[in-house]
Order: sequence, then C-alpha cells, then structure tokens
Amino acid sequence: MMRLELVKRPQRSPLFSALSPFIAFALTIIAGAIMFALLGVNPLTAFRIYFIEPISQVWQLHELAIKAAPLILIAVGLSVCYKANIWNIGAEGQFIFGAIFGSGIPVLFPQFEGPLVLPLMLLLGMVGGAAYAAIPALLKTRFNTNEILTSLMLVYVAQLFLDWLVRGPWRDPQGHGFPQTIQFGDSAVLPELMPDAGRANWGFVFALVAAVLIWILMSRMLKGFEVRVLGSSPRAGRFAGFRLSRMVFFAFLLSGALAGLAGISEVSGAIGQLQPVISPGYGFTAIIVAFLGRLNPLGIIAAGLVLALTYLGGEAVQSALGISDKVARVFQGMLLFFVLGCDTLIHYRIRLIGLALTKQEAAAKLDAAPKLKEAR
Amino acid sequence: MSANHDGSNLLEVRGLTKIFGTLTACDHIDLNIARGEIHALLGENGAGKSTLVKMLFGSLEPNSGEIFWNGQAVRITSPGAAKKLGIGMVFQHFSLFEALTAAENIALSLDDGSPISSIAAKARALSYSYGLPLDPESLVGDLSVGERQRIEIIRCLLQTPQLIILDEPTSVLTPQEADKLFETLERLRSEGKSILYISHRLEEVKRICDRATVLRHGKVVGHCNPREETAASLARMMVGNEVQAVVRAPVEGIETAQPLLEIRGLSRKPATPFSIPLKNISLNVRAGEVIGIAGVAGNGQGEFFESVSGEVLQQDAASVRIRGKNAGSLTITGRRLLGAAFVPEERLGHGAAPRMKLSENLLLSRHATDGKAFVGTGGMVKSGAIYAASQRIIEAMDVRKSAPDPEAAALSGGNLQKFIVGRELDRRPSVMVVNQPTWGVDAGAAAHIRQALIELSRSGSAVLVISQDLDELFEISDAIAVMHNGELSKPMPIAEATFEKVGLLMGGAEPGHAEHTLETA
Repeated sequence: MMRLELVKRPQRSPLFSALSPFIAFALTIIAGAIMFALLGVNPLTAFRIYFIEPISQVWQLHELAIKAAPLILIAVGLSVCYKANIWNIGAEGQFIFGAIFGSGIPVLFPQFEGPLVLPLMLLLGMVGGAAYAAIPALLKTRFNTNEILTSLMLVYVAQLFLDWLVRGPWRDPQGHGFPQTIQFGDSAVLPELMPDAGRANWGFVFALVAAVLIWILMSRMLKGFEVRVLGSSPRAGRFAGFRLSRMVFFAFLLSGALAGLAGISEVSGAIGQLQPVISPGYGFTAIIVAFLGRLNPLGIIAAGLVLALTYLGGEAVQSALGISDKVARVFQGMLLFFVLGCDTLIHYRIRLIGLALTKQEAAAKLDAAPKLKEAR
Repeated sequence: MSANHDGSNLLEVRGLTKIFGTLTACDHIDLNIARGEIHALLGENGAGKSTLVKMLFGSLEPNSGEIFWNGQAVRITSPGAAKKLGIGMVFQHFSLFEALTAAENIALSLDDGSPISSIAAKARALSYSYGLPLDPESLVGDLSVGERQRIEIIRCLLQTPQLIILDEPTSVLTPQEADKLFETLERLRSEGKSILYISHRLEEVKRICDRATVLRHGKVVGHCNPREETAASLARMMVGNEVQAVVRAPVEGIETAQPLLEIRGLSRKPATPFSIPLKNISLNVRAGEVIGIAGVAGNGQGEFFESVSGEVLQQDAASVRIRGKNAGSLTITGRRLLGAAFVPEERLGHGAAPRMKLSENLLLSRHATDGKAFVGTGGMVKSGAIYAASQRIIEAMDVRKSAPDPEAAALSGGNLQKFIVGRELDRRPSVMVVNQPTWGVDAGAAAHIRQALIELSRSGSAVLVISQDLDELFEISDAIAVMHNGELSKPMPIAEATFEKVGLLMGGAEPGHAEHTLETA
C-alpha cells in the first residue's frame, strides 16, 4: 500500500549543497561509533586512535601527504570525467599502467642515469595511463559500450598484467625469487621534499599543481565550459558545436594521464620498485574523494587529505586495537554512501505515498473539530 | 447563458488555490461548468490554466478551495479518482507507445482486463460514430499526429466521461482536421456531455465555445460569452493590455536579390524507426525575405532543422549552401562562421543549458563566431565580456528576470526564448533559421520576437521560420512552403496564400492539385 517516491525539488538549497560533505562526514562518524561499539571498543578511544593520533607528529603529516597525493591526482582527473557525465571507474588500472610504463626506464635500462631519467619516467607514466584509458574511450565511441563496465574490467587486466610482469620478464634476477623488479637507481627516485622532516615527496606538489590547473581549466576556460555543457545537457552541447566523441577521449586521456602520473610517482617515490601490488585501491578511493570534494578540484584537495587519513587510521587501529584494517574500507564506503545520499536529498525530497494521504485525512478531521483547530 | 439543461452545474469550483513556493499559480479560482456546454479556459502561458486543469484531473492537490461534482463536494486525489467521477482528459502531449497498436495503447489505459479484440471493436465503432475514423490495428508510430490525437480522444470517450478536458487540441492539427474535431465536439455537446476547452486561439473559441473563463496571472479576470466578444477584446482580457500588431513592410526587388540560403535536393534517411525521412527538399531564401515553413508537428521539421543547422551533416556538400558556399559537410560551427544563426524548437536542453547562467548560455552558440571578443589567449573565457554582451541582449529584447545573471531554467519560457532569439540577432546573422520562434510564448513577447525577425530580414538577411502556428506564419512570412511527410512544397507568395490552400497541403494534398481540390470541395 505504501510507496516511497523521490520528488524533484524545484530549487536546490545552496546552504545544504555546501554543507552536504560535512553532514555526510558527521553521519559517517555516528555510524562509525556504532560500528566500534559493536566491535566491543570504546568509540571515543577508537576515534582518537583512528583520526587524531595518526596526524599528531610532523613525520606523520608527511605520511598523510604521501597517501593523499595519488588520491588527489586521480580524483581531479576523475572530476573532469564525471562533470562531463563520463564514468571512468578504471583509474586503478590506469594508475598501474602509468607505473608500468614509467618503470620501464629504470627496469630495462638501469645503466641510463642523469637528470633526464625522472622527467622521462613521469612523462611515460602519463602516456601509459592515458593509453590505457584510451581503450574504454575507443570502445565507447566506436561500439557504444558502457564505459563503466569496460574501464572497471580493465582494472583486473592491469592488476594481473603487473603480477605477471614482476613474476616473469621483469623479475629481479638477484631477488631470491621474490616477485619484484630491481630497486630503482638514484636518478629514478622521486626526491623527498624535506628529507629531514619526513618522507613526503614531490608527488604531493604534483597533486596540488594539478588541482589548481584543473580548477582553472574547469572554471575559467572554454574547454571547461565544453565539459560542463556536454555533461549537463548533451543536446545543447551538440548545438554549441561541441562533439561528444571528442569529449569522451579528452576526459579519458586527461584522467588517465593524471592517474598514470600518480602511479609512476607512487612507484618511484614511495615504493622504489615494482611489486605485485602497488596500490591499496587508490583508484577506487579517488572516486569517493572526487564526490566528497563535490567534483571541485580545490574541494578535492581537502577530501583527499580526509580519505588519506582513513588509510592511516585503519593501520593505526589495527596495530593499537587489533581491529582489521578493513575498517578503513568500511569508513570509505560509508562516506561515499552518505555523500551520495545527502546529494540525492538535496535534489529530491522523499514522499510517502499512502501515508501522506492518511495524514491529510487526519488534518481534515482536525478541521472538523473546532477546539482542536484553535489549538493548532 | 448557455444550454443549461437541468439548471444545476456539473462542476463547480470555489476558491481553488495552488501555491508553488513563492508563486501562487492559481489564486482563488471560481469556475462553473454546466451540463452540455463547451466551456473555454483562456489565458496566456503561465496564467495558471495547466495548474487548474491538473487539480481537476487529480494530478495536483490544491492548497485550498473546494470542488463540487453534481453538487457534491469531492476531493480528487488522483487521475484514477477523476476518471471514476467521470472526468476524462486529452493531453496536449500524447502519452502513446509508438511500437504498439492503437488498440493496445487503449487497452493499457483501461486496465479492466477485457481482451484486445473487444476493445478494438468498441474503439472502431465509437470512432466511426463520432466521425473520427481510426484503425485500431495500426501501429501508433505509423500514424499522423492528428490520428494519434484521435486515439487519445477515443481512449477518453471509452471511459464514458461526463466532462472532457481538452488541452490545446488544435495546436497539432491542420485547419481541416480541426474542423472535423469541432464537429465531434458539437456532437458530444448535443449528447449532454460537457467540455472544458483550453486554448489561446481566440477565433476557434469564438466559434465553438458557449462560455469562457479568462485567467491572468493565476486569477480569474472574467467570465464571458465568447460569441459576443471580438478577438481583440478577448486578447485584451488575456493579456491585460493591447498587443502591438506586427508590421511587415513590403519588400521590393526580391526577385533579383541574392539567395543567401540554398537547399538543393536535400534528402535524409530516417535515423530511428519512427523519425521522418527527408525527401529531395529544395528551397532558396533570399536576402531581405522571410520564408515560412508550415506543417503539422512531426512531418520532418525537426529532421530538416538538424540538417540545415549542421547538427547532422549531409553526404552531399552542395545540398546546403550558405552565402554561396557549400556547407553540407560543415559542422554547426562551420555554418555559423559562414554567417548563419540557428534557434531550435526546444529551449531548455537544446537552445540553452538549463543549469547554466545566461551569460554562459550566450557563449554556448557564440564561442566560435565571436571567438576574439569572448575567448582570450590560451582558451580563457572573458567572463566580463560575455556578461556585458548578455546584459546588452537582455536590454534589447526586454528579458524579464529575477537576478542579474540567472540560470536559464529560472526564466519563464517566453523570456528565455527572447534571450535565445536575441543572442542570435545580436550577431546580425546573414542567414537566420528559427524553429517554432514563439511556441509557448505569451502574446507580447511573441509580437516582439516576430517584429525582430522581420526587421532582420529587411536589413538584408535571409530568414527561414519553421512553425506550426499558421497565424504567425501569415503574419511574418513573404512566402509560405508546407512540409508534409518529409517533403516540402514550393513556397507560395503570401499574396496568393490562404489558410485553405496551406491547410490542404499540410494535410497531404499534392501541391499541384491544391487549387483543384478546393474547387471540388
């Protein structure tokens, strides 16, 4: 009898649009407290260990920057895709292929050293990510395939390809059979920003620069206008003379290149070699970062830092409280759920059909009773 | 007073009010509909006609007010409840499945489980008895708009309503089809059924309606007998003041003027199973003239517009020529750079991006043609320049808005249309192609837009107007061509054109035989 219906609101509240990430964060905290309580841990203790202790010292802030850098880099690229209504879910795979392409130089030509090595690696990383992202773009424009499925499935291809590489042709011959490549030479390692204070490397700078550049692109440039028009009303975009198929390539290549840059930065900076697993799911978490940052590159910087903290917190509660670090994934999932939920409720309101009717009937009865009417 | 058979009204509405946010769409509306009368509901777009009708049909709930049906207070909570009372409705925009037959479409709305064959038989009998012949076995996708409307009417009649609400029924019909419809309505009236007839076409209201209720800005401004009024006096009630008549100065020496837009043998295969193929269309529009293209909706006008604008490219580059240059293989941007400007039928989502500001919507069609003025080095948008230009257009076209630079969706249809037309006029284009320039636009704004189009042509541009509104075409065109089933007739000079001739062509009479058919008719 009763039915839930989403009714479009005539106007979006600008206040709640701005507040939505904070409301989502608060709801995540509440749900997280319930989760910790069910796990038998005092939520206050757990939150202190999860959210505060991991960033209480300078070296820990450097760790935060290391985790945030790839998230921000990938998410600003994805924000362009999502604004264009193009759904690249495969940044994880583009991240891996960027890492593989860029690592080709130190792995295959270990004798090649000098100041040129690193820029070349970064460039190759971007080319690798972009090339891998071109596959779903091509499939979408040629065969009208769903890019969500193709880009997602290509993630698993990339993961298995990397696994095969480090166990097979690229394995370190002196590595005692471990599935990993040789350690990169000194000129192939991304330098640390402040070696005395912590491990944070230039990857974080890349992320900030990329965010600012993409922000300028999206808010100030004709290309960004094209992205927004095609994303919000494709027919008006066609009327404007913009071509959707070109936009598919632009968005995929751009986000692929940034994911690839994140991949090679991670491998060359934080890890120093290729191994079977090089990412704790940055490519997927970056989707949450993009939405939590409201698809605004500057908001994404903040959101990237928050999500980076969930990784650090996960490690912290594992070592301090013996809870699985999978809670990090739970927190990330809840955050995305609440962000999307808040956004939906900003655009739509919920109507209970059936219940609403009885309410009105009750009101009609109230009208009939003069005393009650006065009370109202 | 009209035929009021038993002295009591079928429907009485008292103080009906509907509020959306800050807008009072219907403000204490009173309305009486007697048995066996055709009652007109008149008003401009945005006057509250649709809101009122939606409350009567149960798709909107009023904030206050009462509805009496046969003297009994009723609450109409859903379209189902309205049907149960005996209220039927024929919408302006049909809700039919193109891939199903007429009978299947009717069966879907009846949901009483009777077999298709019996529904088809009933529908066929009913349609012939009301002079609206219909083949229930035919696929909706193959039917003309007029025939589709018949399905809607038959579907409504099968539920034996006492009150039938018709929303702008003639906007999709040829004059001859409209005549047929009027016969049917008069027949229904003679059977004692009541009809609420929504229209802004004053002549037909004068012709068939017994009484009229006029709405303006959500309020009833008068009840009258339309037969005792003139079209001008009705218009004054609707608009609140006189609408300035459009002035069309005669053109001289048009025969020798240069064609700026040439269409030569344009054909196009249907893009979807239900779209119309274009067949060998040829037309010249010369500098200084306005050519009108008449036709019932869905006869290929949309496909034609897309082909001329370059949203869809042609195989043969010479099939569309702009200012003497082959443009068939150019994109819409390329055609704009040759001096052409386009205004599509759909405003929100085609001519304008709804969630973008007016200044950004200016950039939408002019980022390439005014590249130097609006886009700086390295692709940076000059937001100051587009803002200033959009304010200039807003001023020139008298666009009314609530904020300095509102989102397109925040404007009323008429004001947005003025902006979209103004955006193109501001460029002084040498070729202007407009599809439905004043669809859903109030009379004042429509006159403004029409006058602007005429003035553009008189300043030496070629103007092509596609419209379903014959009054409009006769008002502004120097010659009228008719599109039917993807074919375009030869343009008829306005001095020779009459409603009858154009109407016959709209209904599919062969161009060469138009005169002949008239004589025998």
